[in-house]
Amino acid sequence: MSAREDVLNRVRAALGGSGVGTTAAGKIGTTPGVVEVPRAYRAAGEHEPGSPEVLTQLVDRLEDYQAHVQVVSEDELPDAVAEVLGGAGSVVVPSGLEEAWLAPLPGDVVVHRDTHAGPDSPLGATDLDAIGAVLTAARVACSETGTIVLDGGPDQGRRAISLVPDVHLCVVRADQVVETIPEAVRILAAHPERPQTWISGPSATSDIELDRVEGVHGPRTLHVLLVT
Amino acid sequence: MRIALAATCIADTLFPGAPRATVRLLERLGHDVVFPRGQACCGQMHVNTGYLDEAVPVIRNHVETFAPAADGEWDAVVVPSGSCTGSIRHQQAMVCRRAGLDDLASTAEAVSAKTYELSELLVDVLGLRDVGAWFPHRVTYHPTCHSLRMLRVGDKPLQLLRAVTDIDLVELPEAESCCGFGGTFALKNADTSAAMLADKTANVRSTEAQVVTAGDYSCLMHIGGGLSRQRAGVGTMHLAEILASTREEPTPLPRTRTPEVAR
Amino acid sequence: MSTFLGLPGLRRRVPDDGATAASAAEPWGAVPHPDEPLRWGESFPAAAKHTLKNEQLRKNLGHATRTIRGKRAAVVDEVPDWEALRDTGSAVKEQVMAQLPDLLAQLEENVTARGGVVHWARDAAEANRIVTEIAQAKGADEVVKVKSMATQEIGLNEHLADEGIAAIETDLAELIVQLADDMPSHILVPAIHRNRAEIRDIFLARMGDAPPDLSDVPRELAMAARAHLRRKFLSAKVAVSGANFGVADTGTLAVVESEGNGRMCLTLPETLVTVMGIEKLIPTYTDLEVFLQLLPRSSTGERMNPYTSLWTGVTPGDGPQEFHLVLLDNGRTDVLADEVGRSALHCIRCSACLNVCPVYERVGGHAYGSVYPGPIGAILTPQLTAASGGVSGADDVNASLPYASTLCGACYDVCPVKIDIPSILVDLRAREVDADRGKHKVDPWRAAMKAASWVMSDGGRFGLAGRAATLGHGLGGRDGVISKAPPPASAWTRDRDLPAPPDETFRQWMAEHEHGEQDGGER
Repeated sequence: MSAREDVLNRVRAALGGSGVGTTAAGKIGTTPGVVEVPRAYRAAGEHEPGSPEVLTQLVDRLEDYQAHVQVVSEDELPDAVAEVLGGAGSVVVPSGLEEAWLAPLPGDVVVHRDTHAGPDSPLGATDLDAIGAVLTAARVACSETGTIVLDGGPDQGRRAISLVPDVHLCVVRADQVVETIPEAVRILAAHPERPQTWISGPSATSDIELDRVEGVHGPRTLHVLLVT
Repeated sequence: MRIALAATCIADTLFPGAPRATVRLLERLGHDVVFPRGQACCGQMHVNTGYLDEAVPVIRNHVETFAPAADGEWDAVVVPSGSCTGSIRHQQAMVCRRAGLDDLASTAEAVSAKTYELSELLVDVLGLRDVGAWFPHRVTYHPTCHSLRMLRVGDKPLQLLRAVTDIDLVELPEAESCCGFGGTFALKNADTSAAMLADKTANVRSTEAQVVTAGDYSCLMHIGGGLSRQRAGVGTMHLAEILASTREEPTPLPRTRTPEVAR
Repeated sequence: MSTFLGLPGLRRRVPDDGATAASAAEPWGAVPHPDEPLRWGESFPAAAKHTLKNEQLRKNLGHATRTIRGKRAAVVDEVPDWEALRDTGSAVKEQVMAQLPDLLAQLEENVTARGGVVHWARDAAEANRIVTEIAQAKGADEVVKVKSMATQEIGLNEHLADEGIAAIETDLAELIVQLADDMPSHILVPAIHRNRAEIRDIFLARMGDAPPDLSDVPRELAMAARAHLRRKFLSAKVAVSGANFGVADTGTLAVVESEGNGRMCLTLPETLVTVMGIEKLIPTYTDLEVFLQLLPRSSTGERMNPYTSLWTGVTPGDGPQEFHLVLLDNGRTDVLADEVGRSALHCIRCSACLNVCPVYERVGGHAYGSVYPGPIGAILTPQLTAASGGVSGADDVNASLPYASTLCGACYDVCPVKIDIPSILVDLRAREVDADRGKHKVDPWRAAMKAASWVMSDGGRFGLAGRAATLGHGLGGRDGVISKAPPPASAWTRDRDLPAPPDETFRQWMAEHEHGEQDGGER
């Protein structure tokens, strides 16, 4: 019998199934009853997505994680990008990122536009390691937990580009900010197959005496531009 | 009210002061206290050590002894112990069912519905905070694990203590940490138990209280045993003994071993 | 306890980076590496006796657990619907167990549809073989690993080492444990028993490329680990991970982490192998909205962990282009067959129960003799090893684990999926006692419990016994205490006095009281 059949039969035996043998310890269990799942938790927060309360909370929570946050208007965005990335040396951006965001970038900053995989994708992991920063958009953000989610859309790119460079500049639009995790998950559920990265501050560890240290393997610096 | 007292096996034989004080207190408050003589033990020790078969006759005796409470002959059963109340409420019926004794389990549930730990009886059933007690000493309170987490008595014992006249009630650091008793745990895992006890007694001593009180004499036996060995000069008293104390009839401070009387 | 020298444990070491023979003789290997990751060392009381003597360990653990307890309490208190989330989490997991065959089939179908390959493993040996064959097929002599309890449980690193493949732990704490040739002592923070000074010494002696002037500041230590692992991440061909959640209705897998080592492993190598226990399922994608709230707050005490990665099979052009999922039984179905104990499978490995456990805080994780320590380990380990003994009575060291608790209930209070650990502990104790019943050997505990049952099941007999005990009133001498008692009470009187019996039991007093005699007298 295949391992698959064996394991599934053991599971069935453990749940009281007959004619499927026993578990490894020779047991046949009892059949569980029908389970009702209560859903009394909050499906949404008190405040509308993008409302001032939600934005304030997002900024507060991100700063608590030692992320650098700036609230800017649509018009101010390109200059703000240039200010953060001005000294980066080089920056990688996903193929679908808005060209206008990069316009005022100083000429000495080399911009690599990451085309999706394939022969034209020039950037391997070692190449990415030599790049100073990455600029992406986001899919959704959750204020209560200070979380930004990337789901690999054209303006966010493949996972490697937002991982290897040491500085991540992430642009979040106000209307993408929801208050609670259930609201965020229900937005993401439209495309569960997309690879997602949930980011709550720069990388960190608490492995030494439970002391939090920001900045380990992922980007050590996280800049967020919140566009209102 | 007509209240039946479940004295608990440990207090009946080793710490009679706690049930005696419970009787004095409830009679002073105007209630009739009945002591059903058939009682012995709730079965907790057997259950928690894994001897469920051996627990059945012990539980049966308890349930049958206190069955009149379920029939309304007594208004309530009071237990001066959080862990025994917890066992009555959360374990007895389970053990009976496991042994296939569904009728006994139902009776156990009916009895447990009328059974209260002392602070629950005073606060929830009798609606009291100030029971008219007087106890002019420095006291710290240890919330025992089962009163805290099985019964959820919360700060009811503290509400009662705060209302005692002239008491100097001081907070116990890391109060909610277990003292390390755990019934037969103290014997089966004596070293670990002793390590937990050392931290508890250090916290008790840091309060400079004369007395550490709790709602369970089992935990107090453990904490008191450690304090006595250290000759810390801190005594143990059950909550009931403090609440029973009045100007007219004060509960004396317990004898303690102190460095001064070292042999 | 012996050092690792000469023991098979040495095979666990990362075989490069210039660790010298001299440095390998340093005594960090607190635990020789076991052949059975779920059953090593002595019985719990004997192992605890050793670890309790380690003052440094107790200080480290006291500090660390107090810190994390405070953090957890603060972030849980700010969630208004925490109890509702726990109720849902608990029920969803119960539902998973009830529907496990269907959900497993669904997960397999969805992972396969998205280009993943699903393997099934009855036990540790089978899972190890599957992972090894995948690594060998890729020609890899090195794999990078994300911290994973499932691979700890099956002893994957040791197995790979035997096959000439180095498994490199990339989580900081796992790296510390691996470099020290030690065993993990905590589910979430495996090196919780080490303080910063010890970690600095371990890095200096074993890392090979640690800066010689390395200090013991946590930030510097973390930066040394970053530099050390960077090159491994960039060049690795194969990564091995566990999974926090497997979503049946989409085939999505989730890894929750902090450092970014998880993202590195899940993103950069060409091939990813994920080993997941069959109980880690959740039915639907939207159930993540419950568990991704419960887990981070319970485990690291953060509102959200820095990084969570979700992936579904293979995504062309993004991440590993070959994905294998190994579904592991290894005793889980034996746990599932236990009507009471099966809820131990609800565990999401947050480790909140360890951090609040007064026993764990004193003895540390190694005393449990299993990669699953603490309260959850005390109910999971004996059940997972049921087929080879486990709860079969006093002959198995794992049968001592359910007694490693005062039943204080702190674990149940913090469990995000409401596993009633104290009740399961009691049930497992009863199973152990019952398993011993048929054996014809003298058991003083059983004899005492039988005798006590007879006395305590009748008020008359109990009254007589109490009256007889009062004869011992004089034993207490002037202070009224007994300081030295014969066994088994000697275990008590080693550190505590025992009160001498009173001169009168309560029921004697009550009889007089009921006859109208005067209340009073000494205590």
